[in-house]
Amino acid sequence: MVPIGYYLVLSAVLFVIGGVGVLSRRNPLQMFMAVELMWNAVNLSFVAFARQYLDMAGHIFVFLVITVAAAEVAIGLAIIVMVFRKREHVDVDDLSLMKG
Amino acid sequence: MLSTVVFWIAAVLAVAGAIGVVTLRNPVHTALSLVLTMLSLGVLFLLLHAEFLAVVEVLVYAGAVMVLFLFVVTLLMAGVKPPREEHHLRLAYQTLIAGLFGLILFVLVLHSLVGAGWVGTLAGPQGGSFGTIASFGTALFTRYLLPFELTAVVLLVAVIGVVVLGREQE
Repeated sequence: MVPIGYYLVLSAVLFVIGGVGVLSRRNPLQMFMAVELMWNAVNLSFVAFARQYLDMAGHIFVFLVITVAAAEVAIGLAIIVMVFRKREHVDVDDLSLMKG
Repeated sequence: MLSTVVFWIAAVLAVAGAIGVVTLRNPVHTALSLVLTMLSLGVLFLLLHAEFLAVVEVLVYAGAVMVLFLFVVTLLMAGVKPPREEHHLRLAYQTLIAGLFGLILFVLVLHSLVGAGWVGTLAGPQGGSFGTIASFGTALFTRYLLPFELTAVVLLVAVIGVVVLGREQE
């Protein structure tokens, strides 16, 4: 069997890569996909812990996370489309309305 | 033995897809490499005896969510240009700083994992009915019925929100 720690380290690697993506991309859609990657990394560690403790609660929680992620994607994409529909470039740096 | 080989193949593919998400410039390529990561995670879920979640990961995430992403990419990108190369609000060395923060975060997480003794711990004993779709359904509809019902409210709010946001502004 593969030790549980391998799954947790893999989950950490995916989470960090996703976080770097959110910080470094300028296209809002690609930032959003990096957020999805972070959701998935956390789901992996939930499932790994569920396997370690043989407890179905981890599976239920991942199921709820996937539901919330789907709702978040629908609303987030609607907001992105609404904000950038009338703009020339898709660039988060253009959103400077609240800059002091 | 076989599970070790499958784990390493899926893990390498997942990390490769994740690196693709962060580095590829074309949003369609980004979406496809994210699909690669999700499919590899589905394989890992199967290795961890999460049968139902493996199916949900492929159907809902790699299927529905990514199709939604590709729809928006193709619809939005049709008339809009990609981000500018230069911008007066651009943070200098943004990628470098992001990589540095990522490295610090990874070291912190790894340090806490090693500190808690998780790296190298063997997986627990194989439970009889653990992870089957039957036991998942039993848990979902008995002990965790209320949270399951509440997700219906979350989805309803999302649907209403999207309809309100997507309406043409007067």
